[in-house]
Amino acid sequence: MTGGGIVESFVVPVHPHTVLAPEQNDGWGKLRQAYDDAAQIIKDSKADLLIIYSTTWPSIIDHQLISDPNPEWVMVDHDFHELGSIHYSLNIDAQFAAMWNNENHARGLQSRCVNYRGFPIDVGSVVALTLLNPDNKIPAVIVSSNVYADRSETTVLAKACKELVRKTGRRAVAITAMSLSNRMFTEHINPEDDRIHSLKDDEWNRKILEFLEAGRLEDVGQLSRTIQQQIRVQKVVNFKPMWWLSAMNDNRNNLTGKVLAYEAIHGAGCAVVNLNPAQSGFGNKEYDEDDVEVYSGERGVLDTTKPAEIESSEGPALWDPTEAEGSVNTKSAPKPVGAYPHARKVGDLIYLSGVGPRQPKTNEIPGGPIHDSDGNALDYDIRAQTQAVIDNIARILEEAGSSINNVLDVTSFLIDMDRDFQGYNEVWAETLGKVGPTRTTLAIRALPTPIAVEMKVIASI
Amino acid sequence: MAQGEIVAGCLAPHPPHLVYAENPEQNEPVAEGGWEQLRWGYERLRESLKGVDYDAIVILSPHWQTYVGTHFLGLENFQSLSVDPVFPNLFRYHYDMNVDIELAKQIHDKADEAGLAVRMMTNPDFRVDYGTITTGHMFRPEWDKPLVVISSNRSRAYYSVEVMQEMMIELGRVTREAILESGKKVVVLASNSLSHRHFTTESEIPEDMSKEHITSHAMHLWDMRIIDYMKSGQCQRIIDEMPEFTEQAIAETDGGAFTWLLSTLEVPDYPAILHGYGTIIGTGNAIVEWPVYQHKEA
Repeated sequence: MTGGGIVESFVVPVHPHTVLAPEQNDGWGKLRQAYDDAAQIIKDSKADLLIIYSTTWPSIIDHQLISDPNPEWVMVDHDFHELGSIHYSLNIDAQFAAMWNNENHARGLQSRCVNYRGFPIDVGSVVALTLLNPDNKIPAVIVSSNVYADRSETTVLAKACKELVRKTGRRAVAITAMSLSNRMFTEHINPEDDRIHSLKDDEWNRKILEFLEAGRLEDVGQLSRTIQQQIRVQKVVNFKPMWWLSAMNDNRNNLTGKVLAYEAIHGAGCAVVNLNPAQSGFGNKEYDEDDVEVYSGERGVLDTTKPAEIESSEGPALWDPTEAEGSVNTKSAPKPVGAYPHARKVGDLIYLSGVGPRQPKTNEIPGGPIHDSDGNALDYDIRAQTQAVIDNIARILEEAGSSINNVLDVTSFLIDMDRDFQGYNEVWAETLGKVGPTRTTLAIRALPTPIAVEMKVIASI
Repeated sequence: MAQGEIVAGCLAPHPPHLVYAENPEQNEPVAEGGWEQLRWGYERLRESLKGVDYDAIVILSPHWQTYVGTHFLGLENFQSLSVDPVFPNLFRYHYDMNVDIELAKQIHDKADEAGLAVRMMTNPDFRVDYGTITTGHMFRPEWDKPLVVISSNRSRAYYSVEVMQEMMIELGRVTREAILESGKKVVVLASNSLSHRHFTTESEIPEDMSKEHITSHAMHLWDMRIIDYMKSGQCQRIIDEMPEFTEQAIAETDGGAFTWLLSTLEVPDYPAILHGYGTIIGTGNAIVEWPVYQHKEA
């Protein structure tokens, strides 16, 4: 494949003290040093994209993505304004933000891009990018934390992003701007008197850091609701960043974790933690939550008709995939047009039913259908359709515990060899061509739905 | 020096949709109207206070959220562009507002003496929150009266509605004392909605009123209950039921502004004037005036 992926992940604190006043308190200085160390790790990783999930940017209407290529302003914290101002001029990957927004929509999420002069970039994002990307060389994207989002929505948000990272071949760093315990002192204190607000908060923070140091990110994700109840001030923002970060890392418990610093800022528990994707000695994930690919929760409040789950009124009826011994089915692949499963395991091999480009849930065809409901021919993009086929194959294989890298043999069907072979072949070369399966390409008269390409795959487990 | 007075107190909610729908020159986006029931309510409020003389406006806005005490704007003038972080498509407002620093400092000092954690905000780069600006614009679009702007301490989130009320009743009491001692005539504004459960989607045309309604019947019942108390002069019952209202209606009273307002007015037992009620992306909003000037002691 293209080699994109999450090369590092970080948990970083949000308050402005690390930028504006690290010298005023020993702990703030240690957090600043850890921030600087994290910046070096990022530099060494040769990352080309920073992805920030910020808990200090709450949103109500959907998730929001900054898409202004160069937001500039002066940030002053609502509480700690006496520390001074932070002038920011950020390097945002607006194109990636737009693509992420599209991918969200394809997965049933509400999201939108934000590109307005003077939009107030939140304190957590400003602090994180000021310190992690001091020379502004690496483009970034910032996503808000939706106050109503639950775990499934947050997970799908991450999966949409991760999928895009993979497709675009980016070397991305996933960053959550967040506190651990977020209870601050409610009175003004002298910097030298700063400490974690309570022993109980400190104990919980250390337990979280113990898990992260052991690479057990998904375990922290599964404890999020408990952590929210125990050490988080209610109705600020739920303790969601660990859901997002865990999903960005395949919900794993065997990452390589390192706590670079843990200190208090005005009573809140603040840590800089590095999570590297290299496997540590701990076990694989014990993921016992709903592993959703597409969001189907309550979001269409204003709509009189249900927006998602479009059962196409055109073409053949859609079926639920059949279940039998060894069958593999997933909601992240389009529904079958007959009584068959998405795939079936036999021994060490997995056989996939013919896979087209239709999108899961929405049934939309990337690149457009080849004809309208009256049979009139339409222009379509064979490259987009081919890429969508390969993405669907990857999702089915991942559901089976395999991957696109294990594909052994492919039979491709094109409805117009003369028109489409070149575009299909180009996408193949950039994707499956790099994996190296055997391939046969056939011209056929038609496929059951208005698509131009379908593939039949055999892979190893 | 003559004793100062609070001439009126108002519930004056701040959803930016109202400014958007008015199309003032300060706001960049352009609307085709919308939320008229509430905008007409603000018109009636402005008309009601047209003949009332006052020197300053004191606002407590739930969108300057502070966790370390209560803060006061502490410079004479603030000018900048305010962009709503939630509805940037609707609210990008160029503001220019003057602050009554003297009165702000007097309230600050009184609160400090009373043991509340307080701070003056004197960073010139600070951007004033959109709640303050929306309420300020809708209440008096001329911007010709100086303001005192008080932050919303999030003690409800840290502790409970009960603790929030204790603090806000005290802040209201010292606000009143400071105003009386200042010799100034003042209007006090609580910039909050009532029930506060939002829609999580926005219609393609935000001002499409065919899509606007309260999020649920339960929210409507709570809003009407609170409005009935206001109209019938039973504000102590609002204070008493504030924990349940705040919890069950997810009310924006959690920011403390409403309790503070009622405290500055010494928990009125006379009827308030309801100028308007309407919903904005599903939240309940009432524009209400306590005409203190009509209830002066003999």
